[in-house]
Amino acid sequence: MSMLWGMLPSVLMIVAPILITAIGGMICEKAGVVNIALEGLMAIGACTAAAAHVLMEASGMNHTLSLFLALTMGFVVGGLFSLVHALAAINLNADQTISGTGINLLANGVTIFASQILFSADRTREFRMGMQTDALGIYPTAYIAVAVVVLSWFILYKIPFGVHLRACGEHPGAAESVGINVKKMRYFAVVASGVLAGLAGGCVVLTQTIQYTSNTINGRGFIALAAVSFGRWKPLGVTGAAFLFGTAQAFAIIANNIPALRVLPTEVFNILPYVVTLAALVLFSGKNYAPSAAGKAYEKGAS
Amino acid sequence: MKLTRQKLIQSDGAVSVLVVVLGFLVGTVLVALVGKNPLNMYKALFQALSGYNIDNGRMNVRYIAETLNYSVPFILCGLSMGFAKRVGLFNIGGEGQYIMGMTIAQAIALLGPRIPVLHWMLAMLGAVVIGSLWGGVVGLLKAKYEVSEVVSTIMLNYVALYLSRIICLQLPGATTYKTANFPETALIGNAFFQRITNNSLLNNGIFMMAGSVLVYWFIMEKTSLGYGMRATGFNKDAARASGIPVIKSISISMAISGAFAGLAGGIVALGSFKYGRVLSGMDNYGFDGIAVALVGNCTALGTTLAGFLFGLLKNAQALMQGKQIPKEITFIIQGLIVIFIALRSALKLYQEYLDKKQLQKEVGVK
Repeated sequence: MSMLWGMLPSVLMIVAPILITAIGGMICEKAGVVNIALEGLMAIGACTAAAAHVLMEASGMNHTLSLFLALTMGFVVGGLFSLVHALAAINLNADQTISGTGINLLANGVTIFASQILFSADRTREFRMGMQTDALGIYPTAYIAVAVVVLSWFILYKIPFGVHLRACGEHPGAAESVGINVKKMRYFAVVASGVLAGLAGGCVVLTQTIQYTSNTINGRGFIALAAVSFGRWKPLGVTGAAFLFGTAQAFAIIANNIPALRVLPTEVFNILPYVVTLAALVLFSGKNYAPSAAGKAYEKGAS
Repeated sequence: MKLTRQKLIQSDGAVSVLVVVLGFLVGTVLVALVGKNPLNMYKALFQALSGYNIDNGRMNVRYIAETLNYSVPFILCGLSMGFAKRVGLFNIGGEGQYIMGMTIAQAIALLGPRIPVLHWMLAMLGAVVIGSLWGGVVGLLKAKYEVSEVVSTIMLNYVALYLSRIICLQLPGATTYKTANFPETALIGNAFFQRITNNSLLNNGIFMMAGSVLVYWFIMEKTSLGYGMRATGFNKDAARASGIPVIKSISISMAISGAFAGLAGGIVALGSFKYGRVLSGMDNYGFDGIAVALVGNCTALGTTLAGFLFGLLKNAQALMQGKQIPKEITFIIQGLIVIFIALRSALKLYQEYLDKKQLQKEVGVK
């Protein structure tokens, strides 16, 4: 038991960025836009944060301030790139999966290209010190994640704005007819998913590693995407799903230290979260929980 | 003038060319913006295309052959994506199907009977079968349990990656990153190609690719199977109403889709390497196949041409790096191309706007 307790900080470290991203993806789908660019947006946020932090650190800036600014930049740049997806999906009625895939491919190139230009290497330079844990051994990212979950729940379910946003994902035509600006709402949602994914990318790089490489994000954005549907598009459900993935991933690392489990290859634990998701999606397939207009373009005036 | 504009907007091929040109244009501007000479990028591309080095005037056909060889998995993964797309499915799982094909081909190469010809044929067959199973599962999940193929394929990609590691680590002579060398009988190298192309890696895989393109074209355009699939893609309910078995259609097309990607994995494993690889990350051919199919409008010819383009970009990477151009510019161009493809729906909106204008003029509304 104490061992499981001891796992908690590393579980939280792994869960936090996945959860933050998944909440963003959930808001986005609630408004009717599917964002499979989460992976790429996380990468862009991570690269921005890592580059900003290493440069500010070198200039002798206060450590906490530098971390804060680095995260903020990841947040902002993630949002900027998500505007591409918003433009394609909302204004031009583009296929949302295609524009999302485009951003993912672009992110692969842009992040390493930027590193080549800034640091003449296929990765950002290592920073000396990332985020530090508090007295409980927990990184600040965990608290950020909690704040994001609570805030998203409050916005989506406790104020009229949230009801309007969800209406845009369920029945945009009806929403428009009662005076809700569907395009504006969807823009808000897509940018929200972009800034949160960017922020989460920053969280990954500043807690789990010392530089950005092409392997830093390694599917976390896709896991977040799965967590959205596994969590049935509800803040609490998504949180549970993110924890499941995080625990399984942390377990893959920790299993190495447990003799009884060492007989199994670590890959077995790496596979777990994906197999569990698949099984869960099949088991709970009876009813469709997705917002009914998610992924569909909305044209004003068309029925 | 107006007619030509309309024709251009409505022609998928013309739009694809436009999209590619736009991607290169923005890429060129980007290279110039960061203070590099874009001309070097085009020199590298030209050398990868023609084998001719502009700077020192030397010719080496090996570059052409390598470009062709790189194109093979791109084209096959493009066909994989295109096949699914025609039934209205978005197959992000090409990567997983590719990995499984590669894994099984490697396993059969190291463990199978060392009989000439039969050996590599078995390995390729294994790759095709596992690829189609890996894809067929997605179709079944989609058709029967309504699991979104986007999510399930992404999950299966990672399952494939780690499963591949588990399997390959058990193969003879496995270390953390490679296995023992393949026996000669398993390789698909082509001595004639090697002789005329200065020992390039170009191999018999290119024939298998050409065959696959033909099969793709034939199924899509000439059989009722393809007709049923395309009908399902256009309108699922209408297809069901007219007696086309939708679940079967979806599962079969995902299986065929996976077969192409699986074959790509087998060809790369036994054509471009002499030993089995224990993957630590993805090769990304499956993901890039999405872009290839989209650029090629999911037709046999278009996908083949787009695949060549991607092979060219990949082969030019090392040459660019040698000319101080970060090779990642090729990924940026690929990403831009796909984004522009998404944005092409703007052209449709523009056309509708023009039509409306025209109509207004005809009925005399001011």
